[in-house]
Amino acid sequence: MENPIHLLEEILDESPIHFYKLRRYLPIWLHRFIPIGGGKPDDEHGKTLFGFTVFLLSESIVFLSFFFTYIALRLTTPNWLPPGVSGPELSGFTIFNTLVLLSSSIVIQLAENALKRRKIRRFRLLWLITSAMGTYFLIAQAIEWSQLNFRLTTGLVGGTFYVLTGFHGLHVLVGVLLQILMVIRSFIRGNYNKGHFGVSATTLFWHFVDGIWVILFSLLYIW
Amino acid sequence: MTNNSIEDMGRASESEKPNWRDYLGFSKDHKVIGVQYMVTTFIFFLFGGLLAMIIRGELVTPESNLVDRSLYNGLFTLHGTVMIFLWIIPFMAGLANYLVPLMIGARDMAFPLLNAIAFWIIPPAGILLLSSFLLPGGPAQAGWWSYPPISLQNLSDKLVNGQFIWILSVILLGISSILGGINFITTIVWMRAPGMTFFRMPIFVWTVLSAQMLQLFCLPSLTGALILLFFDLSFGTNFFKSSQNGDPIIYQHLFWFYSHPAVYVMALPAFGIFSEILPAFSRNPLFGYRSVAIASFGIAIVSTFVWVHHMFTSATPDWMRILFMASSMLVAIPTGVKVFAWTATVWNGRLHLLTPVLFALGGVVMFIFGGVTGVMLSSVPFDIHVNNTYFVVGHFHYVVHNTITMAIFAAIYFWFPKITGKMYAEGWGKVHFLLTFIGANLTFFPMHALGLQGMLRRVSSYDPRYQGWNVIVSVGAFLLGMATLPFIANMISSLLQGSKASDNPWHATGLEWKTSSPPPKENFEEIPVVNEPPYHYNDRSEPTPEAVIQE
Repeated sequence: MENPIHLLEEILDESPIHFYKLRRYLPIWLHRFIPIGGGKPDDEHGKTLFGFTVFLLSESIVFLSFFFTYIALRLTTPNWLPPGVSGPELSGFTIFNTLVLLSSSIVIQLAENALKRRKIRRFRLLWLITSAMGTYFLIAQAIEWSQLNFRLTTGLVGGTFYVLTGFHGLHVLVGVLLQILMVIRSFIRGNYNKGHFGVSATTLFWHFVDGIWVILFSLLYIW
Repeated sequence: MTNNSIEDMGRASESEKPNWRDYLGFSKDHKVIGVQYMVTTFIFFLFGGLLAMIIRGELVTPESNLVDRSLYNGLFTLHGTVMIFLWIIPFMAGLANYLVPLMIGARDMAFPLLNAIAFWIIPPAGILLLSSFLLPGGPAQAGWWSYPPISLQNLSDKLVNGQFIWILSVILLGISSILGGINFITTIVWMRAPGMTFFRMPIFVWTVLSAQMLQLFCLPSLTGALILLFFDLSFGTNFFKSSQNGDPIIYQHLFWFYSHPAVYVMALPAFGIFSEILPAFSRNPLFGYRSVAIASFGIAIVSTFVWVHHMFTSATPDWMRILFMASSMLVAIPTGVKVFAWTATVWNGRLHLLTPVLFALGGVVMFIFGGVTGVMLSSVPFDIHVNNTYFVVGHFHYVVHNTITMAIFAAIYFWFPKITGKMYAEGWGKVHFLLTFIGANLTFFPMHALGLQGMLRRVSSYDPRYQGWNVIVSVGAFLLGMATLPFIANMISSLLQGSKASDNPWHATGLEWKTSSPPPKENFEEIPVVNEPPYHYNDRSEPTPEAVIQE
């Protein structure tokens, strides 16, 4: 058999769209995401992360459908808040919780970077801080829920608020559970290699959950 | 994880045939899963067909006398749901599951465990859905689209009611489709054999890629809508309750944002099947391969901008109607490219009329009719005229039954030798085709006439002046139901005592024909290297498929 790399280059030169030339100018992360014919069967990590990213893109559409519903309802409803109900208001408490959640995104990225440099202890510490921040956010949200003066069935404000924040909270919970699982596994299985799929996926998931919160926060509290 | 690593590539795999017990258990082999999908969904197809027979039995007479009205509502609701979510969409997923790794030269799907999980969600979800016939209030009655406020009427006054079960099982089936979609896209992007560039992939793989992208990016909108509907139905929220300032139209937007593209999730693989079969039996390369490949993507993209054409009579403002009328008509361009390419392929070649190609040609011909009525319906004035009549039912069934189900039968006959290693009985295949073709046209063609005369859909009793056509439709439907019997007999007897098929009985191109029939456990003795375009049927002196069968 011919050298597969040469064969590959030959084929790519024949291809009408010059993927090879095109790919040279692509950013590295995109480059990894569009393998040419021949794939990268050895790059298990890249393949799985690709699948996970596709999953997150699809999940963002569920949130998008909720945002669409919220925006459409809010624009067409004359009295958004029923009499006697003060909607979710922007308070210092909420802003603080949001800041905690958003900064945890930085912490988790630092943790993943530490793992890439094979600093497993630093990784575990930062990772546990992230899950503590996530847990704090969940508790704070529960406190906030208990203090609101409307229920799930109160007009449109109740349904939209509880379903949207609840669905997001469920994702935070899943993220925290994943983080705890990863830490436990890092203790059981010893040192992680630097390209650990579970860690990369959890990091990506956490960024996703935080990104969604930014939109939710703007829609529910600031608007 | 797969063991599709470089050191495995040279390993010769044992060509052991899967045991029949493997098909009943939890397997991670994409071929076993593919067959599991196809057999399971076929059983659901029979159920769905049975429901249709009862509906047509009721409609033989103008009075509502065979089943009571609430049961009738349940019948057509579950008929639609079963045929869409438990037959066509998962069958196409099963077929793609079997074929895509073989066609791109991979050893398995990207995530075999996920693949198995995606399949095993379907049987429980389907059984759950059908079991709602046993509930006190009966199954869901709001049609497969489940528009509020009708879907919010809880007739049994219990927490677990037909609509509740319906939402639950459709969400479950959606999750299964999402998992499948992730798997297909990753497989096609990452697992192609050396040299299999995007423009060397068979059209079937292109169509699966386009269809699964639609699943991934449109289906979550339905899931979101159903979650909100679920809260409205069971927990007293007001998203879609107009009496409480909610807006049922929002549900329609979210629903059709998925459910229109869903038609292409079903139709695109059918187009892929036509594109595989017609070149093979015309001994001719597919005309305009690259345009057909790009057209698949074009259909996928345009189809996400057409959903409002289902809502022309839902208080949609005029500017929106005109916009979506134009975008809906736009779909005709890429589909036209495909029909033109198929015609040119057949026109140029020497056609061998065997069962797969009969079904494929029948499907293409009826698709042209279904497509034309689709363009008619996309025009606002005409749509307002025939809205909610049998014209829409006729058009819809010309696409989903007469095109897509025909394509499925074509695919079953075409790949049956590959999957089983046995040959089907050609004569009985032709009988099946003839009965299906006559039955299908007898059933669905008169529906257009009924619709133009004003007969409403979803009704169990009608004005006696419509009875003539309705009797013809019902006779056609029973014929269509009977047509399945020779098919089942043919499949089972061929499987048990059919003659042995060669590895490539049709002398077709494509990597799936380069391995043995049935393929060994990891598909290929050695991962093939691809260095030529697909459909290189240039040698006219090649033995014809007919000659091979007579051997």
